[in-house]
Amino acid sequence: MTELRMPSLGADMEFGTLVQWRVKPGAAVKRGDVVAEVETQKGVFEIDIREDAIVSELLVAEGSRVKVGAPMAVLVPAGVRAPDERPAAAPPSVRPVMKAAPPIPVVRLDGATVPSGTPPHRPRASPLARRVAAELGIDLSAVPGTGDGGVITRSDVEQAATSAASATPPVAAMRPIEVSPKPPAATAGMREAIAAAMARSKREIPHYYLSEDVELSPAMNWLNTTNAARPVPERILPAAMLLKGVARALTRFPELNGYFVSNTFQPSAQVHLGVAITLRGGGLVAPAIHDADRLSVTELMAALADLVRRARQGGLRSSEITDPTITVTNLGEEGVRTVYGVITPPQVAIVGFGSIDERPWAEDGLIGARPVVTVSLSADHRVSDGWRGARFLRELRRLLGTPEEL
Amino acid sequence: MSHDIRSAVLAAIARIAPEVDPATLKGDERLRQQVDIDSMDFLNMVIDLHRELGVDIPESDYGKLATVDDIVNYLNERVRSASST
Repeated sequence: MTELRMPSLGADMEFGTLVQWRVKPGAAVKRGDVVAEVETQKGVFEIDIREDAIVSELLVAEGSRVKVGAPMAVLVPAGVRAPDERPAAAPPSVRPVMKAAPPIPVVRLDGATVPSGTPPHRPRASPLARRVAAELGIDLSAVPGTGDGGVITRSDVEQAATSAASATPPVAAMRPIEVSPKPPAATAGMREAIAAAMARSKREIPHYYLSEDVELSPAMNWLNTTNAARPVPERILPAAMLLKGVARALTRFPELNGYFVSNTFQPSAQVHLGVAITLRGGGLVAPAIHDADRLSVTELMAALADLVRRARQGGLRSSEITDPTITVTNLGEEGVRTVYGVITPPQVAIVGFGSIDERPWAEDGLIGARPVVTVSLSADHRVSDGWRGARFLRELRRLLGTPEEL
Repeated sequence: MSHDIRSAVLAAIARIAPEVDPATLKGDERLRQQVDIDSMDFLNMVIDLHRELGVDIPESDYGKLATVDDIVNYLNERVRSASST
């Protein structure tokens, strides 16, 4: 008999509202099944379970506000288990994981969250007007547009900001406008969560940093050949290949994959790759691709596409938020060459990829133009040493050099 | 036809970047300079257009798809050559 408890889905989360049960008492559920939807100030999340079980009893009603850690349902684990095995169906909240990832599926400029699946109302406005509105903290849906076809222009936004600042009562059609140098509430909440995790990281974790250039001709050739033979929806992005390389390399370097909790390192037997995903409108989340080392590159690409979609549109699962065992960040799209990553506690490492670009590359006494990526590793010196970190990067380079074996 | 293709392209952009009003996009300016998109977004747009218009877009042609006008012209040609064979 175990309890499903309200998981913590962000460092600043105290309560979650049970939006909906997806199961009824008596239902048999499998590991990974979604049993409930929970709404926090950051959006709506799906609560999935960790082990096969029977739902014995639902303890809270839909619409209830539930404190983090409070029981929500009683589960009976499926099958017979040896007593020395870890408790079945351990709820996410009792795992020794600090929930630092600050997720927000959909955040409006006014700070209100929008339930996932509901497209946010998008007023017609010029990109410049949107930028100015974001800077001034103006809710565009409350700004009357005077441009062609009612499009909101920059001057409309500035007008709205001025009238709000001069404390003119808003006209009937307008919602109250908050003019403030601070970001809107939900964004501020995420900023605070990131700040808390990163400040703790820099305060507690003695980072060491390594980087290595990896020549990617074999990998890119393999990718081009593979993609040329595939229909559009099945194509693979280089990111999926890089993630696969990291996941595979990690299986041989357990000291980079796990959690540092209560002054003890707990290596993880599974590789749950946290993937840093930027959100439209600012901020980021780093939900996990579970068991990434066991997925083929094709499967990993599908998992990545699905994760990015859900991170941006809503529908991330509780386990994805709470259990990454390491984070991978890819800033190459913006042309950055090297990432000096900050570890997300209680993880003990972060791997960063810069841009894949053609560079002069010397080999066998000859210089040629080759696709090259700079990979960095930031790791926790309490758990591993630079020498092991260097070996990890070398293993990663070796794996990316033989992409057909990934 | 060209009009349909343009609206399909604008709709695909709107799906990957819901914060953007497609009506305000400049046809001859690089898309990535006007819209915050990464390679995953771009791939999703290509998948979308592939589904909507039934044209295959080889990866080696991605370089020809920098602006909205580029994309519309490219797709026009693909659709025409597909229907003439």
